[in-house]
Amino acid sequence: MSDYLLLLVGTILVNNFVLVQFLGLCPFMGVSSKLETAVGMSAATTFVLTLSSVASYVIYTWLLEPLGLIYLKTISFILVIAFMVQFTEMLVRKTSPLLYRVLGIFLPLITTNCAVLGVALLNISRQNSLIESFLYGFGAAIGFSLVLILFAAMRERLAVADVPVPFQGAAIGLVAAGIMSLAFMGFSGLVTLG
Amino acid sequence: MWIAIVTLLILAAIFGGLLGFASVRFRPEGNPIVDNIDEILPQTQCGQCGYPGCRPYAEAIAGGDKINKCPPGGEATIQALADLLDVEPEPLDAEHGEEKTRTVAVIREDECIGCTKCIQACPVDAILGAAKQMHTVIESECTGCDLCVEPCPVDCIDMVPVEMTMRSWHWDKPAPGVNLIATDRPRGLEQKGERAA
Repeated sequence: MSDYLLLLVGTILVNNFVLVQFLGLCPFMGVSSKLETAVGMSAATTFVLTLSSVASYVIYTWLLEPLGLIYLKTISFILVIAFMVQFTEMLVRKTSPLLYRVLGIFLPLITTNCAVLGVALLNISRQNSLIESFLYGFGAAIGFSLVLILFAAMRERLAVADVPVPFQGAAIGLVAAGIMSLAFMGFSGLVTLG
Repeated sequence: MWIAIVTLLILAAIFGGLLGFASVRFRPEGNPIVDNIDEILPQTQCGQCGYPGCRPYAEAIAGGDKINKCPPGGEATIQALADLLDVEPEPLDAEHGEEKTRTVAVIREDECIGCTKCIQACPVDAILGAAKQMHTVIESECTGCDLCVEPCPVDCIDMVPVEMTMRSWHWDKPAPGVNLIATDRPRGLEQKGERAA
């Protein structure tokens, strides 16, 4: 039990996918200009990331490995992720048309979020079990959401701050992201993962 | 080799089937074309088209109604609708009113008796006031739909044309059929004629 808890905390804070492993930076910069969109994006990504992590594990262990088709893992994971994203898009469109309009192009772009494929592939290389895969995907998603929402809140303040002209816009965003990344690297002593 | 291809095909077929099922199951209500039409309409909510507002008229157009029933939008709206729906633009239907210059309602305030009738008539809540208090029109909100003129018992509402200022002035749009540049020229008959000559 404590192993699972450690894994969760480890993926959320210590090995945070965005700020420590630098995966999924495009939505991190792209959708963080407004808190509201960031929250919606976080929810959608959490759903996709968790489900695709589990689904890719299932496909790998129960289909590809017995058939000796391990070399097909990347392409079949991409298939799984694309399916998950399409499914989420339909779900969001049905349940919340407003969120659908706000997220716009970023919703289909979850497909190309490298964190999603990264989690699926890391599950294999870390030899996670089914529950571990679920927690790993969920932890990665929560870590992504945490950082995205924190960063969006910060950028909303940066938008009204008196920033020197050469730093305005994306430049100050990248600087802030760098400083945040430094701060998250401070967690590296908290839990040691094998 | 064959196992790999077949496995991928089966996987793709399963996911495709699931997506197909989901697209039927989670089909959003409402017609997206209605939204597009509604965006083109001027949102005066005046009801001159015979429908209770712009949205119902957009739904009627999507259902096959004529596109020339919107006087506030005028020729520009008809043209935009014709482009969107890929039908022939028609002249404005005179039955529903004529295209006028943009006007706003102005209440002659010392004559207003505070009956609130115009407030109830206003489709966009552009009239401010309370019972037995003087009313006034928020000019920036007024769509110039004339609906408040009729109910006023003391006839103290004027429709004033919007004054042309430095900010609102713009060049007139070229009339349809004018060739500004070479590519405006309709292809086909004329070109053939030129070539023959």
